[in-house]
Amino acid sequence: MPESTSKHPLLHVQDVAVSFEGRPVLRGVSLALRRGELVSLLGASGGGKTTLFNVISGLLAPDAGRVLLGGRPIDGSMGHVSYMMQKDLLLESMRVADNVGLPLRLRGAAKAAARAEAEALLPSFGLAGTGGLWPSQLSGGMRQRAALARTYLFSRDVMLLDEPFSALDAITKSELHAWFLETQQRLGLSVLFVTHDVDEAVLLSDRVLVLADGRIAADVAVRGPAARTPDFALTPEFLDCKRQVRGFL
Amino acid sequence: MSLKQLARKYLPATIALLALLALWQALATSGAVPSYMLPSPGDVLAVFPQDGALLAHHTLVTLQEAALGLAAGVAAGFAFAVLMDAFGTLRRAVYPLLVLSQTVPVVAIAPLLVLWLGYGIAPKVVLVALATFFPVAVGLLQGFQSVDPDEVSLMRSMGAGRWQVFRFVKIPGALPEFFSGLRIAAAYAVVGAVISEWLGGFSGLGVYMTRVQKAFAFDKMFAVIFVVSAISLVLMLLVGLVERRAMPWRHVHSEKEKR
Repeated sequence: MPESTSKHPLLHVQDVAVSFEGRPVLRGVSLALRRGELVSLLGASGGGKTTLFNVISGLLAPDAGRVLLGGRPIDGSMGHVSYMMQKDLLLESMRVADNVGLPLRLRGAAKAAARAEAEALLPSFGLAGTGGLWPSQLSGGMRQRAALARTYLFSRDVMLLDEPFSALDAITKSELHAWFLETQQRLGLSVLFVTHDVDEAVLLSDRVLVLADGRIAADVAVRGPAARTPDFALTPEFLDCKRQVRGFL
Repeated sequence: MSLKQLARKYLPATIALLALLALWQALATSGAVPSYMLPSPGDVLAVFPQDGALLAHHTLVTLQEAALGLAAGVAAGFAFAVLMDAFGTLRRAVYPLLVLSQTVPVVAIAPLLVLWLGYGIAPKVVLVALATFFPVAVGLLQGFQSVDPDEVSLMRSMGAGRWQVFRFVKIPGALPEFFSGLRIAAAYAVVGAVISEWLGGFSGLGVYMTRVQKAFAFDKMFAVIFVVSAISLVLMLLVGLVERRAMPWRHVHSEKEKR
């Protein structure tokens, strides 16, 4: 993984607090993400992980605290991070290539240009030859990869992935884990990744943050091999780390 | 679709229709009902070569009124739905009134329109527009509101403006409901045009109807009923065709099914 290139972390969340109808969901969350790093955010369902992502993406203004990107506060504006939500949210009315190229069109690119750029990206997301299909013609795993490709094409420095693999069956999920590890390392993506699956968190990340009671309860560094593959899950280091993370849940 | 599938889908209805016509023919020729009151299907068909040119002329007039009125109704329905979707207060103010307005039968407004607008094409077009506006406006509004809010959030997180959300998410998402509304509106359009012609006018199928009624020409009355229902059918089929063209993604078989 490349080291941080500037004195600021890429993404810096400082003391963010959010309440819904008087009920605190986040009580002062702080975290930092460095360039090329994959950090997962682990916690129970309904524990505020998605809320935190909505704050970071600018969809939701926090009651307190702030979010810095490259040292600058986002101040409630949107479009600074690539955000992939829990559902794949592919638009059924657009062909796969048009869905993937949507971020470019929103930026003003012509339909043909956006489609061409998306088509060029599809093979590296395991979607060669699917550009002309409708989303309803893709399998669940292909849909998630298409949504990831669209998120990637939005090309912001930080990617927020909200349980991207949680709706998939176990076999598809482990296939995507292998593909995602390879892709993340090859493209040098900086990712903040939400999951409620301890194995997934440890397997994929450089650090695992445990979110409990609206706070970051633990920050566990995962010491895995430099070029990580799913085989990492078979090592004693993996189990060590998993045990450590579990202690905080 | 294979011949077998086609037969399975359409054969029962075809047989039922033919049986109904045979029953009608038998009833008319048996003498149980006087033939001047219930002409046989054959008698009705015989009207077309005889009165064909006249019927075609009146049909064109009715079609023109229906088409103009439908276009106006759809345009107004679209505009209202967009505004009601964009402005919650407007929706809460206007929507209940729209629903309430549906308790007023179209037939009751028609005479008023004739008094206001005369015997020309204007009252017919306005009546058709009024009748078709509602299903389109309500269908579209429901379509807009049924769009997944997460899709809108996703678009906004990618920096999309209001117009882009409308164009890429709301419009395509609302198309199924829009076409359901349009199908109903197409049927209303023909009926509305005919009703308004009953109440005064110089040409159109409704005018022809009142004339043949006064002449007790039962065969011609049946013939014009045939024409009116045929027009409605063709319009609804047309809407179906446009619908298929407008939403190609609804008519694909998924890869999973193929495997």
